[in-house]
Amino acid sequence: MPTINLNVNGTSMSAEVENRTVLSTALRERLGMTGTHIGCDTSQCGGCVVHVNGQAVKSCTIFAVEADGAEVETIEGQAYIDGSLNIIQQAFQDHHGLQCGFCTPGMIMSAAALLKENPKPTEAEIRAYLSGNICRCTGYQGIVNAIMAASGQSVAIAAE
Amino acid sequence: MAADGGMGHATKRREDVRFLMGRGKYTDDYTPAQTSYCAFARSNVANGKINNIDTAAAAAMPGVIAVFTGEDFADVGGNPAGWAIVSRDGEPMKEPKRPVLAHGKVRHVGDAYAAVVAETLEQAMDAVEAIEADIDELDAVVDMASALASGSALVHDEIETNMCFDWGWIEDNRAATDEAIKNAPHVTTLELVNNRLVPNAMEPRCSIGEYDPGTGDYKLTTTSQNPHLTRLLISAFVMGIPENKLTVHAPDVGGGFGSKIYHYGEEALVLAAAKKLNRPVKWTSTRTEAFLSDAHGRDHVTKIELACEKDGTFIAFRTETLANVGAYLSNFSTATPTFLHGTLMAGNYTVPNVYVNVKAVFTNTAPVDAYRGAGRPEATFSLERVIDKAARELGLNPVDIRRKNFVKPDQYPFASAAGLEYDSGNYDALMDGLEDVADLAGFEARRAESAKNGKLRGLGINSYIEACGIAPSNLVGVLGSRVGLYDAATVRVNATGNISVMVGAHSHGQGHETAFPQVVADLLGVDPMSVEIVHGDTSKIPFGMGTYGSRSLAVCGSAVFRATEKIIKKATLIAAHMMEDKPENVDFKDGEFAVKGTNKKVSFGDVALKAYIPHDFPLEDIEPGLEETAFYDPANFTYPSGAYACEVEVDPDTGKVEICSMVAMDDFGNVVNPMIVTGQVQGGLAQGIGQALLEHGIYDENGQLLSGSLMDYAMPRADDLPNLVVDHSYATRCTHNPIGVKGCGEAGAIGSPPTVVNAVVDALQRGGHDVDHIDMPVSPGRVWAAMNT
Repeated sequence: MPTINLNVNGTSMSAEVENRTVLSTALRERLGMTGTHIGCDTSQCGGCVVHVNGQAVKSCTIFAVEADGAEVETIEGQAYIDGSLNIIQQAFQDHHGLQCGFCTPGMIMSAAALLKENPKPTEAEIRAYLSGNICRCTGYQGIVNAIMAASGQSVAIAAE
Repeated sequence: MAADGGMGHATKRREDVRFLMGRGKYTDDYTPAQTSYCAFARSNVANGKINNIDTAAAAAMPGVIAVFTGEDFADVGGNPAGWAIVSRDGEPMKEPKRPVLAHGKVRHVGDAYAAVVAETLEQAMDAVEAIEADIDELDAVVDMASALASGSALVHDEIETNMCFDWGWIEDNRAATDEAIKNAPHVTTLELVNNRLVPNAMEPRCSIGEYDPGTGDYKLTTTSQNPHLTRLLISAFVMGIPENKLTVHAPDVGGGFGSKIYHYGEEALVLAAAKKLNRPVKWTSTRTEAFLSDAHGRDHVTKIELACEKDGTFIAFRTETLANVGAYLSNFSTATPTFLHGTLMAGNYTVPNVYVNVKAVFTNTAPVDAYRGAGRPEATFSLERVIDKAARELGLNPVDIRRKNFVKPDQYPFASAAGLEYDSGNYDALMDGLEDVADLAGFEARRAESAKNGKLRGLGINSYIEACGIAPSNLVGVLGSRVGLYDAATVRVNATGNISVMVGAHSHGQGHETAFPQVVADLLGVDPMSVEIVHGDTSKIPFGMGTYGSRSLAVCGSAVFRATEKIIKKATLIAAHMMEDKPENVDFKDGEFAVKGTNKKVSFGDVALKAYIPHDFPLEDIEPGLEETAFYDPANFTYPSGAYACEVEVDPDTGKVEICSMVAMDDFGNVVNPMIVTGQVQGGLAQGIGQALLEHGIYDENGQLLSGSLMDYAMPRADDLPNLVVDHSYATRCTHNPIGVKGCGEAGAIGSPPTVVNAVVDALQRGGHDVDHIDMPVSPGRVWAAMNT
């Protein structure tokens, strides 16, 4: 089996993978990074979104061997080193942007990519950008509000 | 009063932190040492006779440890239905065995007939491909009406019919209802379909079986909404493992919506395999397997008649429904189309006559069971669509016809014609609120604006009532339930004053870890953050019945409340002893015990410590420790209600429907955490809008699931939905549980589908199209066809 080397959230890691192993499976099964979630088998749900060399990628759409040598950012690397939530994560908590939490890692990684591209998106732009991330719990309202808030736009806060 | 953030506060959810950091622990995130992996061979035909399953080639594949077929489970029990329904003629329902693996016949596409366990998942999946199944394809039973015709192919040969039961509710009302309809000045009739839905919780099911030969203990880690019920079913019916030798652990669960209430064969298989192989065995569903094998929802075909006076006063509702139960009876499948549906067929109304007939039909499709709302969405859709049609026929405003028939505030408790006793509500007040928040008066101006843009705008109105907080055991026992539906909680005050609360409810998105402490903190006057909830593990929690039917707070929360009251009672004894006075002279307020009329007081924390250091206790009067359990069995269902409005724009060129606004006014009684309640309603609205516009589990005539992936089945996405306006500020307290709460988890999914369809039909009517009804999902093709035929 081929061995791949990745830099995941700033740490060098290596793993043996089959040629057919996709990156999402490699992260979860070979590297124990179970924050990235697998919710489908057709690259529709977006639960597995990570950043590969700075680009948001559904990690079930690339083979692990294709990512050899890449810098990968996952949900596990998003909070600050002291464990406090980053601005997007905090906005999701403040605006009830999650319920069961399963789609949340992909949502956070997509939201981060969106705000890098478009620091002050409109609500319609947020909804369009998130069309590749499915949430079954929230009806998206809390998620949209959270991303508006994280980008510094005025939204009534949900939580105390 | 809580020190901070008690009942009524929009407290941030503490569970969010681990989820936001990627530190949630869902079942598939557990991989015990020496785990082996399981994959299933599933039928690709809907109905077939199994001649032979040749596993030799698969067993010889690299890494394969074992291959199982139905033969291996021929002697174990079947997975039972939880409710026994009796047909109108007094015959018990037909209850064919549901085996762990298909044996003799396969009965739906996705029916598992063999399983491979291998060193790696890839090896297991490769070996499944090598299994040679000799299966004769038989004619598939798909359409319900055809299934009941004589000469139809059979799903279960041994029961010689495809009809599970033919149920009447209330049978004694049948003649009077028939008579009332025969003599009524006006009768409106509507035939409609409540479309089949695939739940699609974002986390696919997953189960890990473990066995310890040193102790004989089994452990099942699984995606369940109710671990104790799963354990009971496995122990009492399927495998006979003693309950005290089986732990069922449902850790973080990524959504359920009903589909994870039930025990599934895969759970039994991984346990049996773990024992036989002396290895942990893990199975993780793919999304494709989820589509094919999770219990689906809805799938009713209904004819409803509304008889009324010319002024719109309702005289009778009569319903005939065919309800699809799929190929096997899932655990709640027989309750959903009957007691969770027929009993709601009086709606919010003082109608005197109601009769419901439901024929449940076996088909060669995936089992159908309770899905968010479970029977109440079907009831509400039928009622609120036929009422809209009647209003149009009679020239009445849809708000007025509903108001004319509402149960009025002075009529509670109100005995509905469908057999329930509504304890509280005020439907006019909700409609008043809706008229205001949704600005119904401004609709005409908005319609004119849409018309300028070439769009047909419509307004849909709806009111609903539902019965949740499931359920009083004595009542459901009479109605055929084979279980009680109480719940349980243990409150353990630790010596250092913090509190652990073990609950039977299971949180898979509902926020129990935040909301339940708000209840405890409010009663004890402590900081909610000093209260931790323990749930999901049968080795740690009392025997509760889990989470579904919007029951967690109303039933389990009430158990938490009662157990906390017991804590206060016991702590008062200890405090009185500490202050050398009588318990009846001691008051408890804001976290302190004080002797009336004196300045003697002790804090809750000091009492907790004393409970565990009982050096001077009068042991005949006070036991050491401070831990109490309560089982709470509700006296009635709770009855949330609501008034909803939706405005849509229809593009007359394409038939595409856009939702411009959706407003939900709900009465949930007391609200513990308004932020969580709002989120629950918004999620329900999204699922209801999904049902109304997008989602459809479609089987072709051969029983192949055409919408069997997320590329084919249209899940609501962020850009499909509008801003969801939710208001639960108006409340009438539930009269019979100690918190006064009603349950909010399903309301949005119950109230929204007819609201959307009413709006679309209204838009077409106002646009000059004589369209009475469009079946869900109201897709562009269907709307366009309705406008152009």
